[in-house]
Amino acid sequence: MRGTLAWGLALAALAGAVLLALAFGRFPIPPSQLVPILLGQEEGPAAIVFWNIRAPRVAAAILVGAALAGAGAAFQGMFRNPLASPDLLGVSAGASLGAVLGIFLGLPVAAIQGLAFAGGVAAVAGVAGLAALVRGRGDPALLLILAGIALGALMGAAISLLKILADPYNQLPAITFWLLGSLNAVTRGDVLAAAIPAALGLAILFLLRWRLNLLTLGEDEARALGANTALLRGAAVAGATLATAAVTALAGAVGWIGLVVPHMARLLGGPDLRRLIPLSMLLGAAFLLAVDTAARNLGRTELPLGVLTALLGTPLFLWLLARGRHA
Amino acid sequence: MLEARDLAVGHGRRKVLSGLNLHLRAGELLCLLGPNGGGKTTLLRTLLGLIPPLGGTVLLEGQPLTRLSRRAVAQRLAYVPQAAQGGFAYPARAVVAMGRAAHLGLFAAPGAADHAAAEAALDRLSIAHLADRPVTELSGGERQLVLVARALAQGGRAIILDEPTASLDFGNQALVLREVRALARRDGLAVLMTTHQPDHALLLADAVMLVAQGGAQGPAPPEALITPETLRAAYGVEAAIGTLGARRVVAPLI
Repeated sequence: MRGTLAWGLALAALAGAVLLALAFGRFPIPPSQLVPILLGQEEGPAAIVFWNIRAPRVAAAILVGAALAGAGAAFQGMFRNPLASPDLLGVSAGASLGAVLGIFLGLPVAAIQGLAFAGGVAAVAGVAGLAALVRGRGDPALLLILAGIALGALMGAAISLLKILADPYNQLPAITFWLLGSLNAVTRGDVLAAAIPAALGLAILFLLRWRLNLLTLGEDEARALGANTALLRGAAVAGATLATAAVTALAGAVGWIGLVVPHMARLLGGPDLRRLIPLSMLLGAAFLLAVDTAARNLGRTELPLGVLTALLGTPLFLWLLARGRHA
Repeated sequence: MLEARDLAVGHGRRKVLSGLNLHLRAGELLCLLGPNGGGKTTLLRTLLGLIPPLGGTVLLEGQPLTRLSRRAVAQRLAYVPQAAQGGFAYPARAVVAMGRAAHLGLFAAPGAADHAAAEAALDRLSIAHLADRPVTELSGGERQLVLVARALAQGGRAIILDEPTASLDFGNQALVLREVRALARRDGLAVLMTTHQPDHALLLADAVMLVAQGGAQGPAPPEALITPETLRAAYGVEAAIGTLGARRVVAPLI
């Protein structure tokens, strides 16, 4: 009952967001033309805009939203912390550092994206390695978080240093723009390249979704129930990192989605990760697609995605927190 | 079922307790008494295989615990933690179903047989009516019973309970104690529980262990081990032990 309603609402939200996103833009495509374009019966400028600009961008928004929200839901559960977001272990900081380095070195777009992905994965690998090095009696989940904070601060410093050193007329604006997040220049090839690791990461999270519930009980209880917590946590971190690094390389550092959307999903479908992870992916896709459509259409120039998600996410988050206190 | 031979427990290299011997058989209820910081929790975690022993061995169904996988241990031995406040608002049914984790693969979720085992466990503890309630909305005693049901759904023959009556009111303590006793008497499980109340040990236990000052006394029959002298030595409190009908009761003298 609760499940059916939640799935229905999420699917309806996503379908509505897709329709709006496909129709609205600098070049409006009336809904009556959508069906002929989709069937390949239309070959005018509308079809060219649709296939080369609109559809890749819609697919990118869906991918980014689903990945960030799915990873956020998994992290909030497994780290038992409602304030956890996908960048908790430094994946965004690492990806940002990779991208900023790429821009600083004047590399082509594909190389910048590759460096961002590699930077995100390497940052989390470094955090996991650091946590394993200092492993003592402490809670391994807490050690991971602390290592993530430490390494995140270091990478933040490196980004600041590169900004200071960057050419203020060409590179610095590009760096700033990248750090705010945008789907402005996304091509079909970019989307396909990001889709492979992102889908792999999300598939891992999807498959682990019931067993990840055990980690919400804490280390001792999960192990007493028969879970190999190191393997389970490692697999989930790997899945979340692959997905987050891939979409961060595609869209830049888009915040708030991974924090806020899992709370919306929990309100709708309860805390069981078996439902929460796929529901968060659906809602995240719908939410980011709606925000990106607004970013494209609201202003005379396009608004940065990261700014809009923060503007919308902050009040939404506060409202959800206030509601959660009553429920 | 669960056996410890010349066991030493502690963290890192620091021994908290040593020279422990116990043998818990099916249908037996063993109570572990002792002051806070005396090593009860460290002993429980060692018996559960969550931390390695610093000496001696633990045998579960005759096999050394260190040679069994987490999954194999969990299929034989269940752990009932204290029912803490907070946490995620899972329905009771979902919490009990998590007890089936040791029987499921990495990518699996509970199937029909697992849900049936969860329902049976809820029924056995007469809390089937709570199945759809979020555990965060249950009373402390009800939450504790949900965790006992989860241990039953786990399907092993031995259960370790960590202070199942701590922070419960008088009525809920009696409710939980009755069910814990039934686990041994009715279901024939090997039950080990820790408690702060010598009275609970006198009420339920077949045997008692007193853990304090780096060593353990017992297991021994409750009447033999719980005396004014042992309580004074362990807790530093004068206590009188009297009889009430056929029962022994402990009253602290303050």
